[in-house]
Amino acid sequence: MDSAIATTQGEAPVHDAGEHEHVYLPQHRHHFETEEQQREAGSFGMWLFLLTEIMFFGGMFFAYLLFRNWYYDAFVAASNTLNIGMGAANTAILITSGFFMALGVWAAEVRKRKLLVWMLILTTIFGCAFLGVKYFEYKEKFELHHIPGTSFDVSQFAHPPIDEKTGKPVGNPVPEDQLQHTQLFFFLYFAMTGMHALHMIIGIAILFWLLVRAQRGEFSAGYVAPIENFGLYWHFVDIVWIFLFPLLYLINRHPLK
Amino acid sequence: MSESNDTILRLPDQSTAQVPKKNFITAEHGLLSWLLTGDHKRIAMLYLFSITFFFFIGGAFAGLIRLELLTPQPDLVASDTYNKFFTMHGVIMIFLFLVPSVPATLGNFLIPIMLGARDLAFPKINLLSWYLYVIGGTLTLTALVLGGVDTGWTFTTPLSTHYLNTHVVTTATAIFVAGFSSIFTGLNFIVTIHRMRCPGMTWFRMPLFVWAHYAASILMVLGTPVLAIAIVLVALERLVGIGVFDPTKGGDPLLFQHLFWFYSHPAVYIMILPGMGVISEVISTFSRKRVFGYTAVAFSSVAIALFGFFVWEHHMFIMGVSNYSALVFSLLTMLVAVPSAIKIFNWSFTLQKGSITFETPMLYAFGFMGLFTIGGLTGVFLGSLGMDIQLTETYFIVAHFHFVMVGGMLMAFLSGVHFWWPKMTGRMYPEAISKMAAVVTFIGFNLTFLPQFILGYLGMPRRYHAYPPEYQVLNVLSTAGATVLGIGYLLPIIYLAWSLKYGAVAGDNPWQATGLEWQIQSPPLTENFTEIPIMDHEAYDYEWLEHKTAQEVTTVG
Repeated sequence: MDSAIATTQGEAPVHDAGEHEHVYLPQHRHHFETEEQQREAGSFGMWLFLLTEIMFFGGMFFAYLLFRNWYYDAFVAASNTLNIGMGAANTAILITSGFFMALGVWAAEVRKRKLLVWMLILTTIFGCAFLGVKYFEYKEKFELHHIPGTSFDVSQFAHPPIDEKTGKPVGNPVPEDQLQHTQLFFFLYFAMTGMHALHMIIGIAILFWLLVRAQRGEFSAGYVAPIENFGLYWHFVDIVWIFLFPLLYLINRHPLK
Repeated sequence: MSESNDTILRLPDQSTAQVPKKNFITAEHGLLSWLLTGDHKRIAMLYLFSITFFFFIGGAFAGLIRLELLTPQPDLVASDTYNKFFTMHGVIMIFLFLVPSVPATLGNFLIPIMLGARDLAFPKINLLSWYLYVIGGTLTLTALVLGGVDTGWTFTTPLSTHYLNTHVVTTATAIFVAGFSSIFTGLNFIVTIHRMRCPGMTWFRMPLFVWAHYAASILMVLGTPVLAIAIVLVALERLVGIGVFDPTKGGDPLLFQHLFWFYSHPAVYIMILPGMGVISEVISTFSRKRVFGYTAVAFSSVAIALFGFFVWEHHMFIMGVSNYSALVFSLLTMLVAVPSAIKIFNWSFTLQKGSITFETPMLYAFGFMGLFTIGGLTGVFLGSLGMDIQLTETYFIVAHFHFVMVGGMLMAFLSGVHFWWPKMTGRMYPEAISKMAAVVTFIGFNLTFLPQFILGYLGMPRRYHAYPPEYQVLNVLSTAGATVLGIGYLLPIIYLAWSLKYGAVAGDNPWQATGLEWQIQSPPLTENFTEIPIMDHEAYDYEWLEHKTAQEVTTVG
């Protein structure tokens, strides 16, 4: 090195900085100059990862919008058979889970170990509850023969069942040439909610790991990056659902009609 | 020290010089120290071995293809075997060689050093991307061993989803996994470039190599997930049998084309941009001048990345897209030529009145400039609607993208490998034979692919294993060229391996180059810098270097 390349801060041992009393965290990794740099890099990386996730889901949203325009009647009829009650309940459950996650991030920042652990447990419970409701929803589709494949049954869309209260059919029958396209709706429904559920499952697995580490007190001494970044991921999964719910369940409901 | 004017190479006194005992290669020993490493330089080496391995497998398939095309009759292999050959050639060369070639090897090795950092931002994720690459590669080989796949590398639906009985799902999984390897590399680069620059390293002091990788990384991060979902849908469609892409079931094969090319067109810029970064470094070093119009070259990388996202439909002009959108995409396609031309012109102006020397990396760089220009200009032919209808799906298009990818990217890769070889290994490659290899490659390349332009213009379609006898002369020329090209690629493997033990000791800065990577020892220490540097000059500042060298001499004297 030469005069132009001068020293900033070497790999100097921890406590020698005279002007400010700075203690390195055990989680500080050697190739980062400062903890702030490490934290910023981590969260920037997470945001970029979420950007790739948006592009990933974007492909499916694009396919959904395209086919919804092409096969409007089929998509309306199929969408109206989704269980709006379960969908709404799941939305509430997921937002609650996200709320506890946000509290968890706060708990880590104010260094409250017990509170953090409890918040992570609640996040996990609500996450699992979401998957539980999803299980019953999928089961309902299975019973109605709405799973795409050889056993798919279009009779409900060809001859809409009679509503007991009004005595009229629940909807217009789907035109003959579009009947099979209801299958496309359900394929996209399963692909999108399934991919979302997969992200939930991965998230819950990570939550368990974070729980163990939080219990050990790793995140209650100033090192909160993993909790923060996982929070970002968890909220992202929430937001995907916030888009899926209206797009799949609500967009064709006309309760006032 | 040689004072001759025909080379800038300055090596230390060979009788006393030694490769530094302590460096990243000797820091740890044993296979596990490599397989579990977090060091970006070691991971770059792992990548270098693996992509070379796959390059030669892909190359072997190219050889088989050319061998079959030696004669008009389909006499070497059956037609479906031929389909498997070109599919494997494409899949391996694109996803396992070209996409990771420069970024994962040279980029991985150099970006942290060029920025004055100790490592990439996420060393473990860097290692993970190598493992994902290896898993993707292994799955591809599995598909190959099980009997191959014959969709073409483009996985065109509904061919790939309904009409073929080969290992589409295995190959699709391989590409999905390898795609995530590339996403993580890109993510790592972007975060590193944003957050890990040393004090004084402003955006406009970064080497253009880093700018090019920044642009390519944006494409990797935004484009690859779309390919991933397109491929997931193909696999699901095969497994479940639903017609998202199958027209008989109401699906839309064009939807697949849109999703696929939304990645795969930007992918060609993922492949070429890092190569352009290499060329900027090499041209500047061997003409002893700052790159002309530094800012323009830097922004042209970003412009290519940006425009690159809005031209994908030019792969689909004959597929029944709307005439009006075809018009728009044709115009946008021609706009991409502008930033590419900015680069070529700026490199030419860098050469102007420079003190040019002709070392091997420079020879490859000249090859790049010529061949990439031809490849790029024929791209403009193909971007114009009328020409495209005549030329698409013929050998013209094959020649066009081989000029860009092989003539461009592979030349740039070899240029970079030779240029930074002394830095990576501490030893010089043998200059005379490597100059010969560069020339052999150039001749072989032109002999292989120039006839293909004519063949395509005359109407020989791509992906056929038989052709009318009147095309034979040109095909024989092309096959002969491929043989020469093969020798041109085998030579570096041999002499580079030789140089690991017998090459001259390179010293810190054999090329008298200005980059930060040349100011540290070669091969570098595991932590790159003993002290984090402070950047106090522009990139390519040869006066700064001269001043610094002068000082060193005084100190020693």
